[in-house]
Amino acid sequence: MKLLLGGLLGLIVAGAAGFLAIAWWPAIPPVQPPTSQHFPPALIAQGAVLAGAGYCAVCHTAAGGTPYAGGYGVGTPFGVIYSANITPDPQTGIGSWSEAAFARAMRRGIARDGTQLFPALPYDHFTKVSDGDIQALYAYLMSLPPVNQAAKTNTVGFPFNIRYLQAGWKLLFFQPGLYQTDETKSASWNRGAYLATGLSHCGGCHTPRNAFGAEESGQDYAGAVIDGWTAPALTAANPSPLPWTADDLYTYLRGGADARHGAAAGPMSPVIHAGLAKLPDSDIRDIAIYYADIDQAAERGKTPLATPDETASQQEADPDAALYAAACASCHYDNATAPRAIRPDLALNSALWLASPNNFVNVVLHGIGTNEGAAGIMMPGFAAAMSDGDIARLAAFLRRTRTNLPPWPDLEKQVSAIRGTGDTQ
Amino acid sequence: MTTSFNLNGRSVVSDAPGDTPLLWVIRDELGLKGTKFGCGIGECGACTVHVDGRAQRSCITPVNSIGGAAITTIEGLDPHGQHPLQEAWIAAQVPQCGYCQSGQIMQAATLLNDFPNPSDADINAVMGGNLCRCMAYIRIRKAIKLAAAQVLGAASHE
Repeated sequence: MKLLLGGLLGLIVAGAAGFLAIAWWPAIPPVQPPTSQHFPPALIAQGAVLAGAGYCAVCHTAAGGTPYAGGYGVGTPFGVIYSANITPDPQTGIGSWSEAAFARAMRRGIARDGTQLFPALPYDHFTKVSDGDIQALYAYLMSLPPVNQAAKTNTVGFPFNIRYLQAGWKLLFFQPGLYQTDETKSASWNRGAYLATGLSHCGGCHTPRNAFGAEESGQDYAGAVIDGWTAPALTAANPSPLPWTADDLYTYLRGGADARHGAAAGPMSPVIHAGLAKLPDSDIRDIAIYYADIDQAAERGKTPLATPDETASQQEADPDAALYAAACASCHYDNATAPRAIRPDLALNSALWLASPNNFVNVVLHGIGTNEGAAGIMMPGFAAAMSDGDIARLAAFLRRTRTNLPPWPDLEKQVSAIRGTGDTQ
Repeated sequence: MTTSFNLNGRSVVSDAPGDTPLLWVIRDELGLKGTKFGCGIGECGACTVHVDGRAQRSCITPVNSIGGAAITTIEGLDPHGQHPLQEAWIAAQVPQCGYCQSGQIMQAATLLNDFPNPSDADINAVMGGNLCRCMAYIRIRKAIKLAAAQVLGAASHE
């Protein structure tokens, strides 16, 4: 018995020691903040483009705050995690971080002082980023004006706030390693995949997460809900009536809207306008090529599409049709043979084809500002103009007349819930 | 917070809270009274202005959603008030009380931009959100077709 107990104790000690061995990381000694003279201007410029590819500023900037000074709250099921100040301020930012410390944070999720970082920083994607790109990002961030702004305190509760536990999370869900070229695919595809799976961390929103907040393995790009919006599936399961071709994806990712699918709204809008906008056309093209392959557009495009006839639905004696005619048709009606971005065709709009009405309702409530979606095309929000019942009727009417999908259930309740969610920033 | 935008060709800055309707800013803060308040819920069209050249209901457009945009009101549609639609409106003697007319004209300008030779169905669909309590619809339709013919005719003579 003693022997058994002793053995058990020994196992526990060995287990704890083993866990500590993987959980404990040394601090990397602080350095004097390098000045921008340390780095060739071309490297800094390359880093600025890459920071766009990762749209780092979107999460590392509080609403109305200084870019990269942190303080943006990322809502998670475990609590709010506030982004870090990544300006080169030595006290509150990353000014004392060497390039090695920065690379370790990006690729392993370990802060300079050895603390485990939460995967709200998508190091599970950034681990794929090449040495050269890490170096350029570091140079760019170190060239920013330092901002002295202390981090806000996260609201992650016990026991998830024990940072050592992150090592266990990593053991279960994190695969470190650089991007591996797929030799069976083109150079463009690989460039697109490198950006999309690495710095641009598209799976961060478009892949569903498990109970531990990790992207579910085998569910890449299956679609998920993020901040009250649906990040649609990017696979062949994407419900849009027309498959996303490489040309469509390019138009959307470059300009913020595509006539055959709709406009970028909600959390996707800053990804395009405050992030990917920095990338050259060729990179956007490569990302588009990668996703057109993932969603099998070429294969799916062979099925002809039967779009409902808008004129027929306008003639039906339906009070909801009058709601649409008064509030929507002045902009959304069209008679052209090909869809036009200036008059978005709702029969083609992805939002009407999703399992949840949340994207549709969010856009009706809050509209699309001039800095979102496509340049020069805005939509007012109807939050103060339409009741939950009116929006529910409109949603039901469009789902009924513009798609061949079953009605959304409990619409008025859903509209009310979505209206209540609002913006948390 | 302040919002900067362009109004009829000049740069303006509004100090109004971000959620203030653009209509209020245009009328009360910047003093242009040609744009009218009708229903306040985007259902009547009286408040229609152009945002980056396209008709929008200014009563439900928060000013912070149009930062940096070019806003055109009826006062700025044509420097001399001689837009083809304005001339057609006079020729067809469209208005009765006139209250909805600036919104009608601004919406019609976008209609002609998108449908240079609009059919009755096009006019019904695009103008359907602009109400006229005097029931001037017949003359509105007539004036739109007059202006379309004038613009198309001018284009074909160039």
